[in-house]
Order: sequence, then C-alpha cells, then structure tokens
Amino acid sequence: MDTLMLSRIQFGANISFHILFPTITIALGWVLLFFKLRFNATGDKKWMAAYGFWVKVFALSFAMGVVSGITMSFQFGTNWPGFMETVGNIAGPLLAYEVLTAFFLEAVFLGIMLFGFSRVPGWLHTTATFLVAFGTTMSAFWIIVLNSWMHTPQGFEMRDGIAFATDWSAIIFNPSMPYRFMHMMLASGLTVAFLIAGLSAFRWLLGDRSDGLRAALKTGVFLGAMLIPVQIVMGDLHGLNTLEHQPQKVAAMEGNWETGPNIPLILFAMPDEEARENRMEIGIPNMASIILKHKADGIVPGLNDFVTEDGEVLHPPVAPVFWSFRIMIATGIAMLLLSWTAAILMLRKRRGPDALPKIMLLAMVPMAFSGWVATLAGWYTTEIGRQPWLVQGVMTTEMAVADVPVPFVATTLTAYLAIYVLLLTAYIGVLFFLARKAVTGDVPRSRTPQSGEAMARQVPAE
Amino acid sequence: MELFGDPAQWLPFTFAALMGVSILVYVVLDGFDLGVGVLFPFATDDEKDTMVASIGPFWDANETWLVLAIGLLLVAFPSAHGTILTALYLPVAIMLIGLILRGVAFEFRVKAPTPHKATWNWLFFAGSLMTSLSQGFMLGKYVMGLESTLGTWAFAMITAVFLTVAYSFIGACWLILKTEYTLQAKSVDWAKGGIWGLVLGLGAVSLATPLVSPRIFDKWFTYPEIFVLAPLPILSGIVVLLMWRSLLRLPNATDAGARTPFLYAITLFILAFGGLAYSFYPYVVPEKLTIYEAASAPESLFIILVGTVFVLPMIAGYTALAYTVFKGKAAELRYD
Repeated sequence: MDTLMLSRIQFGANISFHILFPTITIALGWVLLFFKLRFNATGDKKWMAAYGFWVKVFALSFAMGVVSGITMSFQFGTNWPGFMETVGNIAGPLLAYEVLTAFFLEAVFLGIMLFGFSRVPGWLHTTATFLVAFGTTMSAFWIIVLNSWMHTPQGFEMRDGIAFATDWSAIIFNPSMPYRFMHMMLASGLTVAFLIAGLSAFRWLLGDRSDGLRAALKTGVFLGAMLIPVQIVMGDLHGLNTLEHQPQKVAAMEGNWETGPNIPLILFAMPDEEARENRMEIGIPNMASIILKHKADGIVPGLNDFVTEDGEVLHPPVAPVFWSFRIMIATGIAMLLLSWTAAILMLRKRRGPDALPKIMLLAMVPMAFSGWVATLAGWYTTEIGRQPWLVQGVMTTEMAVADVPVPFVATTLTAYLAIYVLLLTAYIGVLFFLARKAVTGDVPRSRTPQSGEAMARQVPAE
Repeated sequence: MELFGDPAQWLPFTFAALMGVSILVYVVLDGFDLGVGVLFPFATDDEKDTMVASIGPFWDANETWLVLAIGLLLVAFPSAHGTILTALYLPVAIMLIGLILRGVAFEFRVKAPTPHKATWNWLFFAGSLMTSLSQGFMLGKYVMGLESTLGTWAFAMITAVFLTVAYSFIGACWLILKTEYTLQAKSVDWAKGGIWGLVLGLGAVSLATPLVSPRIFDKWFTYPEIFVLAPLPILSGIVVLLMWRSLLRLPNATDAGARTPFLYAITLFILAFGGLAYSFYPYVVPEKLTIYEAASAPESLFIILVGTVFVLPMIAGYTALAYTVFKGKAAELRYD
C-alpha cells in the first residue's frame, strides 16, 4: 500500500476511535446535569446514586476522548500538511475557537465536577457539571462547523491556490452545518440512552433493584424512545440536504448508477464498480424516487454522471458508502423497535422496569453499543461519501497527504491499531466491571494515606 | 487592524508570542505531572495513590495547553506546522502513544479490577516516560535545526534524557508542595538528585545553540547585546543555588518554604525558555522559515486574536479557581 492509503487508514482509525468517546460524553454530560438537577429539586438520594455511577463512566470516556483527540490535532501536521497549507485560513480559526471556548472549559471544570462534590458549594458543583456539558457541546459545534464546511464550502475565495475567508458567517453557517450538527447531537443522545439502558439492564439481570438503577434504566429507555423518531426525521432532512449539495454521495448511498425517474430503493445488492452495475439487487420499486423527490417519477442522480469524459472518477467508492448507510439504517430501526416496545411496556402496566420481560433486558445489553455502530456507520457514509474530495470541489485528499516514507506510516499505524484494540477491550471490560461492582457493593476504597492537613481538608468546614 | 501599524508585522509577532507563552505554560504544567509519572517506580503503592491524587484534578487542563500550542502553530503558521511535524514524525508518534497510555491509565488504574492496577501503574509510568523522552528528543532536534545526522541524533538523545530529568525535578518539587511526611521527605531527595539533570540540560542546550548556528552566536556574543543578555545565565545560576539552599531546609516541622523549590523551578524554566525564544526569533523553522513568512492571512489571524483576547483571561480565571479548590496537601480523590 502507498503512503496515501496508509495515511487514510491511520486517520480513519484514529478518528473512528476518537468519536466513540465524545459521542458518549457530549450527551452524558447533559444527562448528568439532569440527574443533578433532579437531586437538587427532590433531594432524593437515588439521583445522586445514578450520578455517582455514571460520572465514573463519564470520567473514563472523557480521558479516552482527550488523548485520542490530541493525536488527531498532531496528525493534521504529520500526515496531512497540505490541508492546513491550503485551507488553513478557514480551518485554523475554527479549530482555535474550539480549543479556546471548549477544551479549556471542559478540562478545567472536569476536575471540580469529578472530585469537587464534597469540596465546593452545591451550586458550584452543579455549575461545573453544566459548564462541562456545555463545553463538550461547543467543542462538537466547532468541529462540526469545520467538517460541514469541508462538505459544503462557501464564504471564501481562492488566491494562488490558497483559500482566504471572505464571509465568516457564511463559513460558520454553511448549508450542511445545521443538519449535520443536529444529526450528531441526536446520535450522541441515542448512544448515551442505549448505553445507560444496556448497562442498567445488565445490572438488573444481576439482581440489582436499587432506586438509583431504576431511575437510570427509565431515563435510558425513555430518552431513547423520545429521540429516535426525531433522529429519523432529522436524518431524512440531512439526506435531502446532501442530495442538493453532494448528489454523488446520495447516488452511492442508493447504489444508483444511471440518472433517471422511478428509481427503486435497493435493500440488498453487491455494487460492482468495475462493471458499473449492481449484482444480486433486491429493491422496492420507485421507493428511492419517492423518498428523495416525494414522487414516483422523481429524477434521482446516478453515479455515471460523475465520471469525466477522460474517465476520471469523481464519485466516492460505492460499496463502502452503500453498506455503511444500510448498517446505520438497520441499527436505527432496531433502536426504534427496542426502545418503543420497552417504553410502551413500562408505561402501560405502570410498573416501570419490573414490566420488562427477561428477553428484552437481554437484548438491551448488546444494544448498549448500538449507538456506536450507527454513529460510525453514519460517519463512514458521509466521509467516504465525500471522496475523492477532502474539501468538496476545492482540494482532493491526495493533494494534502505528507510525503512520509511508507515504513514510517506502516509502523505508526500498527502501533496505533494495537493500542486502540487494547484500550477498547479494557474500556468495555471496565464498564461491565463497574456495573458488576455497583451490584455487589463497592469494594473498599483505595487506601490513600489520610493524615494531617490532607485529612483536615476532608472534614466539611461547618 | 491598522491601529498598530502593518498587521503583517505585528500579528505574526503576537501569535509567536502567544504560542511561546502556551508552550512555556505547557512545559511547566504538564512538566510537573509528567515528572510525577516518571518518578512512579521509586514510590510505594500507597505513595503512588497520593502522587496521582496530587495531579488528578489538573492533568487534563495541563495537557490542553499542548493542544493550544500546537493549535496556534497549526492555525497561525500552517506551513511551519507541516514542516516541523513531518520532520519529527516518529518522536511525535511516540509522544502521542505515551500521552494516550498515561492519560487513560489515570482512570483505568482506579476503575479496573484491583489485580490489573499494577499493570496500569506501570503503563502510567511508561507513558509518562515515553512522552518526556520524546519531547526532549524533539527539543534537541529543533535546536539542531531539524537536521537528521548521527550527531544531531546523538544530541537529541542527550536532551531527551535531560528534559526527562528536568521534568522529574519539577515533579518532585510539586510533590514537596502537595504531600507530607515520608513521601515529602522522599520528594526532597528526588529533587536533590534531579537538579544535576536540569543544570546539565540547560548547559548543553545553551552551549549547543550558538555553536550550531553562527546567527545565534552573533546574537548572543556581540557588543552591546552581551551586556544586556548576560543577566540571563547569571540569574539562572543564582536561582539554581537558591533552589539548592531551599531544598536543604526541607522537610521541616512547620512545612515552611515547601512551595519555594517549585517556584524556583518555574523561574528556571522561564529563564531557559526566554533564552531559547531569543535565540530562535524570528525563525519558527530554524534557519529556514521566519514567523513572518509562515504566517496565515492577517484577516484569519485577526479573527483568532479577537477571540483569544476575550477568552484567555477567562481561562486564566477558572484555572485559578480549580487550583484554589484543590489547594493544600493532596487528599484522596473521591466522587462523592
């Protein structure tokens, strides 16, 4: 493999690993704030029990997100110097605002949020929780702005091959930003909802019937049931936005080669880029036209429109986009079925989690990570779907890659992959370990020497 | 924008200054928490818990300064960012893997099943060591003008060791300030043992820089600059002596002067950094690219500057708040 492909795999592996954790922390921050506010309002200890368990998951996920994020900021330079050299005038300020308005906010207040409950006044702890949640959301906002601009760039002009900003509000509020941002926020909400439901179901199956667990399980199921229909509508709107600005991506998602009316919705096919056709195609007649154009004879763009006369392919690789999209949709449907059935059962008999049959709880456990699957599949759809462009219509991915020797990239890629496998295994293992520990009661605390001034500071000053 | 004259002049200078400050703050702050990690093998298991407790609430924000520094390089001097980071490809990768390992070890060592704790403790040490060594290596390569020869490689290996010792030194000073009893006494010994690394490291870089670059040599050793700049090395020497004296007085019954070594260590880092910054200005890629040639468009820099001016004081403010909340001797970190 060449440096370009290895660098792409490396960045893809990095960003895939990274996004798993912000996807959790963005929404989990707000869920923790919800727990804290419920506690403030009711004084019911169960909310702090839920807070206490999930803040540990938050801390762990946050650390994973921070360290994998640092890696990415360096890879811009080590592997993709052409990116910043060409569009640095636009990407730079957006990244700078992310660091300034989000990173510091979340990093500094995280300490108070995690370890400050008995050290600071209640209002300050609540404020710290809010600021961390707000910081993670702002961070997501700036990154999505930059990412969306790479899909739908505007508000700039090219001078001597370098992009110069001409209109910052056009850059920030570029056409795909609102859709992508909302789609991602909802994805984060769903990931957290199913993670909470799944880990709570795991504890329930081990015999935990504590009030804190009931509160968390209900929060997870109802949050999931509320968000999934909104996400389906949002996803559709995002798709229509993509159709307008990046028709070649939609053509790949649909597996449609020729532009025309009455295009079927393909459920299964093996897209063959050599022959430029689908094999083993099974589809619903006219459905793609109806979804995308709201009428049976609506014209849907085809991939063959994006091949130049001298044979240069300007559309993305079809099979990965086609399949990622279907995995995302299938996961979404599974989420809809599970969360709505669980929510209806819990509401109808008014018995809360007691109304859930064991098989349903068993299904919830693997679904704890359904949000990860859908989020990754969705990002693969949109990012592979942007190829061969790095910034749509402005520069190709190939133009940005660094001239680093193949063995260097191969070495670092291998090292990163090994570490990611190790950490992901450890992470999932620890989530279930924490859940088991919560059922059996906490093991004794770490024996930090407690003496003198350190001890004195632990006693509340009243 | 025209307020201070030509924006193509003052904006790159301002951003170089901001980047310099971020690197300095990073080196001091993450320097002490990396140093604490490097000292791990010398501590007992109970002491390790206290050591982590002393940096637990801070490490995350400390590392954010690295993101800011590299971010400023990225946004303000995009072409320099590419040149420097591709030249340092492998040490950067080692540093990142080190940062990943130590960052997650903070969490895993207390959340994973108890039998795994020793492994995570070891990874915390290994990650801190990899990060410190590779940063020192990069410093050496940078001083040598990013050239790749056997000589520059050897020099970079030496700076790698010295910077690691310097980090453990400031880490030990931090522990003197944050701990009590046996661990504090141990930290005083660690600091005494580490001071040589600091002195040799400073000496090596100070001697090598002017020898490698005639330009830097002229900058330091011409009349009248030599008289203006002479205080820098002289001050450093005095600070080292004062630091040694303050270490001899510790530990003591009233804990008097427990923060003095840490403050002196910061002073020394500032002096050393000031000397380096003076040597390399106006180059951002040594001898190849000046900050004025590498800078982004003034319009983009100005947009960032507006945000920075508003936000940096706020960051300073809430960082101070965090250090106030967790001031005093390190106590067990607990979520409730």
